[in-house]
Amino acid sequence: MTDYSIQERSLQPTSARVEHPLIETARMFAGNRAALSGLAMLFIIVVVSLAGPWFYPTDPFEMVWSPFSPPGAKGFLLGTDYLGRDLLAQIIHGGRATLAVGCAAALLSVFIGITFGALSGFYRGWIEETLMRITEFFQVLPTLLFSMVLVALFGASLGMITFAIGIVSWTGVARITRAEFLKIRELEYVTAARSSGASNTNLIFRVILPNSLPPIIVQAALLIGFAILFEAGLSFLGLSDANVMSWGAIMGNNRPYILLHGFTIMYPGLAIFLTVLSISLIGDGLNDALNPKLRNR
Amino acid sequence: MQFLAITLKRCGLGLGLLLAVLVLNFLLMHLAPGDVADTIAQDAGGLDAEVMAQIRKDYGLDLPLWEQMLKYFYNVAQLDLGYSFYYNQPVTTLILEKLPATLLLIISAQVVSILVGVVLGVIAARKPNGIASHFVTILSLVGYAAPVFWTGIMLIILFASMIPLFPIGNMVDVSVERTGFAYMIDVLHHLVLPMLTLASIFIALYSRLARASMLDVLGSDYVRTAQAKGLSEFQVVFKHALRNALLPVVTTAGLVFSGIVSGAVLVETVFSWPGLGTLAVQAIVARDTPTILGILFFSSLVVVVANLLTDMVYRIIDPRIKTAETSEI
Repeated sequence: MTDYSIQERSLQPTSARVEHPLIETARMFAGNRAALSGLAMLFIIVVVSLAGPWFYPTDPFEMVWSPFSPPGAKGFLLGTDYLGRDLLAQIIHGGRATLAVGCAAALLSVFIGITFGALSGFYRGWIEETLMRITEFFQVLPTLLFSMVLVALFGASLGMITFAIGIVSWTGVARITRAEFLKIRELEYVTAARSSGASNTNLIFRVILPNSLPPIIVQAALLIGFAILFEAGLSFLGLSDANVMSWGAIMGNNRPYILLHGFTIMYPGLAIFLTVLSISLIGDGLNDALNPKLRNR
Repeated sequence: MQFLAITLKRCGLGLGLLLAVLVLNFLLMHLAPGDVADTIAQDAGGLDAEVMAQIRKDYGLDLPLWEQMLKYFYNVAQLDLGYSFYYNQPVTTLILEKLPATLLLIISAQVVSILVGVVLGVIAARKPNGIASHFVTILSLVGYAAPVFWTGIMLIILFASMIPLFPIGNMVDVSVERTGFAYMIDVLHHLVLPMLTLASIFIALYSRLARASMLDVLGSDYVRTAQAKGLSEFQVVFKHALRNALLPVVTTAGLVFSGIVSGAVLVETVFSWPGLGTLAVQAIVARDTPTILGILFFSSLVVVVANLLTDMVYRIIDPRIKTAETSEI
């Protein structure tokens, strides 16, 4: 009899209501301390970058004191750069351009990647063959060198820099999207939608794409971090928009003086490090929350 | 036999990719504002239109576009990548001079990061909640988030400026003439910091990958069988499990090669390492288009060759995949 009662209990559903997947994801994410601290850190960085310039209006391009005065001297908390400009002002004002380029470039590469991956995974055949060859081509191309060439030949404006970063970083998204499409297009609900007369556009955008989004979202988050690192790299090599202050540009400007005045590069680098770190913590958290199978890793 | 056929097919694909890089190079050269005549005119402080037209004719710039392209392909096939007016040297000579330094840097960084990454990953996987495992997690986050050139500068400040263990820049100590063994030691001494800087990104990547795949493999039936028949821990981990756990590492090693070349450009700039990256940055400052595009071509060549080699290694350590496409991971 006792056996029977245990069996009966196990037949009871563990919870009365079934949780909405989004709520479940949010709950998983909220339980992840690393991801939450990443989110908090990123929030602070974004708020400081967006609102900081109003609270700390010192012009980042204005020479305010002698060059390379050490942090703390004369009320300049982080010191001054090679032209005697306030480093703290540069970091506060530079955040906007860095974050904007990072987000815009990531958006561009997600757009290209989804287009390539979705078309090749859905239509297969010669379309897939062609698009995958192009993807392979961009995988072989040394990304930074190609972006350097683009920016050097066509001018170092923020738009060109964003384009040069976005155009080389989409291959990962394309491969992931294609893999998801290949997997999902064989599932029964897709066949059901197809046999009830859904058009190809409908199948791609309303049936398959929404279901393949989770890994793409994770990849998109990581791409923002990648694009920020990439922009910093280009600026470090001197390929930055001279009219716009960004974290990478500060490091590029002070590059010749790293041995004697390392602090001018340490602080902007730290800002980039913390930003990318918080983004990858969030990305990892999203990955765990969206991917129940990986939770025990 | 099949191995040979697949290798040949891969070589064919690689050649196709290189041809595509050449087409891209050619298009960039033509879309870019200014041509050879403009460069010469700028150097000479202005030339009249007639001389400019003559120069364009000498360089074949008045021919139809497709004819110029075929000529360009023909030249590249003979290893002629054009002439650098900035350095007054053929681009191929320039590049071949700098290539060994870059190859030394990227190959040593790749080898060291795979070795260190795999060892760290294996140690971490054997105790998933141990200190080593947390260390790998932190390392992989830090290694990814820190801009590689920034890591390099921090290493210079730490280990060359504050604690002078290593030289600061260049590949050799130019103040002393060295030959033979002493020269090699000197190069290795200069190599340590740039190599570690470049490896730092990839150690993070490989250790994380190796840890995840090792955890997978250690839970599989055949590993339990190996343990059950009384093999030592060492034999189980290194002879049975590692071989399979290495597969994702090898796949990734091939995929990240273009990233390594990109990283090398930054690391070379930080450490004044006399390789292709430094040359590319100088050429860009000098607006030396033939040199820049030549470097783009040569580094694509390096990536294609590296991919081919990775693919062969993959098929040697995993005999199951004799025929399957390995690029579709």
